Amino acid sequence: MSHEKRTLEFYVLAVFFALFVLFLYGPLSAILILSFQGENGGLTFPLNGVSLHWFANLFERQAVGDFGGSFKRSLVLGVMVMVVTVVVSLLAGLAFRRRFRGATALFYLAVASLVVPSIIISLGIGVVFQQIGFRPAWYTSAFGAHLTWTLPFGVLIMFAVFNRFSPAYEEAARDLGASSWQTFAHVVLPMIAPSLIGVGLFGFTLSYDEFARTLMTSGTFNTLPLEIYGMTTNVTTPVLYALGTVTTVFSFLVILLTLGAILYVGRRRARA
Amino acid sequence: MTVALDQPAATTVAKPARRRRFSLGAVAPYLQSAPLALILGAFLLLPIIMIVVVSFWDYDFAAMYPDFLTTNYSDVLGSWVTWKTYLNTIKFAVIVWALTLFIGFWVAYFLAFHIRTTAMQMVLFLVCTVPFLTSNIIRMISWIPVLGRNGLINSTLVHMGLVPKPIEWLLYSEFAVVLAMVHLYTLFMVTPIFNTLMRIDRSLFEAARDAGASGWQVLRNVVIPLAKPGMAIGTIFVVTLVMADFSTVQVMSGGQSASVALMMKNQMSLLQYPAAAANAVVLLVLVLLMVAGILRIVDIRKEL
Repeated sequence: MSHEKRTLEFYVLAVFFALFVLFLYGPLSAILILSFQGENGGLTFPLNGVSLHWFANLFERQAVGDFGGSFKRSLVLGVMVMVVTVVVSLLAGLAFRRRFRGATALFYLAVASLVVPSIIISLGIGVVFQQIGFRPAWYTSAFGAHLTWTLPFGVLIMFAVFNRFSPAYEEAARDLGASSWQTFAHVVLPMIAPSLIGVGLFGFTLSYDEFARTLMTSGTFNTLPLEIYGMTTNVTTPVLYALGTVTTVFSFLVILLTLGAILYVGRRRARA
Repeated sequence: MTVALDQPAATTVAKPARRRRFSLGAVAPYLQSAPLALILGAFLLLPIIMIVVVSFWDYDFAAMYPDFLTTNYSDVLGSWVTWKTYLNTIKFAVIVWALTLFIGFWVAYFLAFHIRTTAMQMVLFLVCTVPFLTSNIIRMISWIPVLGRNGLINSTLVHMGLVPKPIEWLLYSEFAVVLAMVHLYTLFMVTPIFNTLMRIDRSLFEAARDAGASGWQVLRNVVIPLAKPGMAIGTIFVVTLVMADFSTVQVMSGGQSASVALMMKNQMSLLQYPAAAANAVVLLVLVLLMVAGILRIVDIRKEL
């Protein structure tokens, strides 16, 4: 309802929206500030001086379990999940453009993957690995567990993208003599590239932050969210906030880079 | 990956044989969907089947023994504690659902109808989305300096003389659990509702106004009915996330509240897998019934 003049409704809702944003970011900024707490400071305000003490503390092995190792594992796992999510979702998206037997069943299986409680998947994969006699590890069982969370998002996004994708472009390419592969590589792929980057971002960040599904499936070595989860019960210094600040800044960087990439791809296409 | 690359390449090679091309085209969707089917089969279907099987097994402190017992279920359904835990979880789901629906609808409504430029809409939508892409646990922890005994809210209230001593129930309480869940999950409501609101034909509003509808009537008889599919999808997300939650309940209630998933997690740490599996089956049936109920209202395939 776009009015010519701003109504009272607008101002009321604008305040509501501002409060919502404050609600989203307020607590996050509190730990951002508190991670610079002085050496003798505690878990709450006021700041007892300003220092980088807790960031330095982060890299000492005894303060936090194994920050470096768990960060590396989460990073590698995130990239693995991202690549597989993008490729498998794209393929499935292409498949769903045509009729095939079992399409509806597969679609609902993907939706089910979204609604089945994460702890059930964690437990189930843990028990399956135990019964087969495989050792659970972050790069096998946890990898699969993460895919059950990222793939449905990827598939639904690709499904929505192809629903709005006119086949006229492909017909035009084919009329001009392009082979199916050329049509895919030079027409379809560039057009859906921004969505694919979006799917990649989802795949990476959802895996990087996931821990309910990793709980029973990570094996001997922890991923970063599991490490942080463990810390919530036994760490009572601002080193927890320092860790929070580092991972949050990292997430923000990943998001910014991705948005930059989407904009760049979009610009290049607009110019071409 | 190889599937998509191989398939069109093969078609080009076999170009003269037109009939071959047709048959490959018919096989293509099966090859393209195979990776998804295999992954979901191995890491979703198989584990769930395994859970159902194991839920009938016998166990002791050391191992599980294949059997066909119903005691795991009678233990789950016969215990007062379990019933209370299920009711508590459903209570969280209902409260969080109502709050996220209210907040989510008005945020989406503001973005869709009061922001005039598409660029600004996208920017504000991203502002709402970004926290969702950061760690859930960190977002939970971030409430500690705000709600804690000496936290921002308490020290402000005490300083202003509004309360004589810090309020105890702000952190490590059911209030904190609900607050954190709303904080974590509202976006799941905003996105689908925003999506449906953006697709409403604006001329409908003019028509309604020309026909003499007041702002309130437009909202009740035009906007809300058309936004229902989005609300339904958001509801599915929020309800299933809350029903599956154990970390928010554990961290934010400080161990003073319980949820079904948290109960399962405790059973798992005691290696009582069959008991946890029986709980998992009951929880899964409950969640799927809820989703089926919501899906009766909306066909989500149409909404994508």
